[in-house]
Amino acid sequence: MSSTQPPTMPEEIIGTTKPRPAHDAHVLTARRAGLVGCTVCGQVSHRGTAHCPRCGSVLHSRAPGGTQQVWAWLLAGLVFYIPANLYPMLITRTLGQEMASTIVGGALELIEYGDWGVGIIVLTASVGIPIGKFIAITLLALAVDKHWKLDRHRLLQLYEIVEFIGRWSMIDIFVVAVLSALVQLGFVASISPGPAAACFAASVAFTMLSARAFDTRMIWDRIGEQSD
Amino acid sequence: MESDLRGLTACHICDALCRDETPAPGQRVRCPRCGTPLRTGHARAIDQLLAISLAVLVLMGTALALPFLGLEGGGLAQEATVLDAAEAIGSGRAWPLGVAVGALIFAVPLTRALALCYVLLPLRHGHPPRPHARAAFRLAIELRPWSMAEIFVIGVAVALVKIAGLATVQLEPAFWIFVLLGVLVTLEDIALCRRSIWTMLG
Repeated sequence: MSSTQPPTMPEEIIGTTKPRPAHDAHVLTARRAGLVGCTVCGQVSHRGTAHCPRCGSVLHSRAPGGTQQVWAWLLAGLVFYIPANLYPMLITRTLGQEMASTIVGGALELIEYGDWGVGIIVLTASVGIPIGKFIAITLLALAVDKHWKLDRHRLLQLYEIVEFIGRWSMIDIFVVAVLSALVQLGFVASISPGPAAACFAASVAFTMLSARAFDTRMIWDRIGEQSD
Repeated sequence: MESDLRGLTACHICDALCRDETPAPGQRVRCPRCGTPLRTGHARAIDQLLAISLAVLVLMGTALALPFLGLEGGGLAQEATVLDAAEAIGSGRAWPLGVAVGALIFAVPLTRALALCYVLLPLRHGHPPRPHARAAFRLAIELRPWSMAEIFVIGVAVALVKIAGLATVQLEPAFWIFVLLGVLVTLEDIALCRRSIWTMLG
């Protein structure tokens, strides 16, 4: 480091290869040092810098508005999840007969026909993961808003699970896409997507955006360090 | 860039201020507070990443041109490509959904691979980064969650089970290429150490 140091206590700046020491309180944050860290490239700049000098991302010390964006996207995801389950996902036409099945109905059908494994995959991806995600994001946002004293490492783990697993809900959309591409008119049967497909895709996308709007740095803030 | 801030980095997860260290071979630098891996990169990583990205480019191009799945039933035969899947779900008024599915399955993975090649090729040869390399790399990072080739592969497997009773499905070349792409995209993610590449980009 050069002689003109940032306003920090150097012994607090630790770079380490050891995982997870617990001395949270002694770690200096970029924010307390009057700096702002870029979440895309890690570059630190002085507070008040609008764009990261390295990667050009917009810089915020914390997400503007706190958890507001998280709540907004989450609500949008929830709203679209309702018609996604009420309307048919898949419409099968067999010799003039039309059969519409919802997400849950289609999965139960699979289980009924003995395809337990696949039925459970579909149920998990389309029902278990979305609902688990709604609950997890609500918990995370509430923990930040209400300053709940929960284990920060646990909260972070929860966030990482949500981020990692959320995308996998899209499976059902791809199933419908492949089925309707394969089983076309001219066959004994034809399959086409129902109105639930678009609703479900939108719900998954909005929930992904909700998780991405969550600023994990807020988990680690002490009370009073938050809003910006 | 202010010189007094060089050598420092902030954890993107918890905002802890750390020295921007390069890990010893086979090790990773973790955030002292939240334990998030900050750097995993080693010298060979850029070669691996570049090789994977080039493979994704070539394979994705091939997979789009070849038939994906074939279907026989009731005396009729039919073939579908990956593009047909996007088209079928976006039929009629649902076209935005078709566009979105096409993006998630192949356009986004393709764009990411292109961006990574554009960024990494000059670095690999020790040249200075190309113009807009930083913007391209940022794009590659921000598109990551929307690149769903590997999820599509699992979706196809589920669809095959659903259809099994109805007709005989043939697995065409593009299917196997996509299975490989699913694996490669996952490996691409593992080999990518953002901070190391940002450092190289200056």
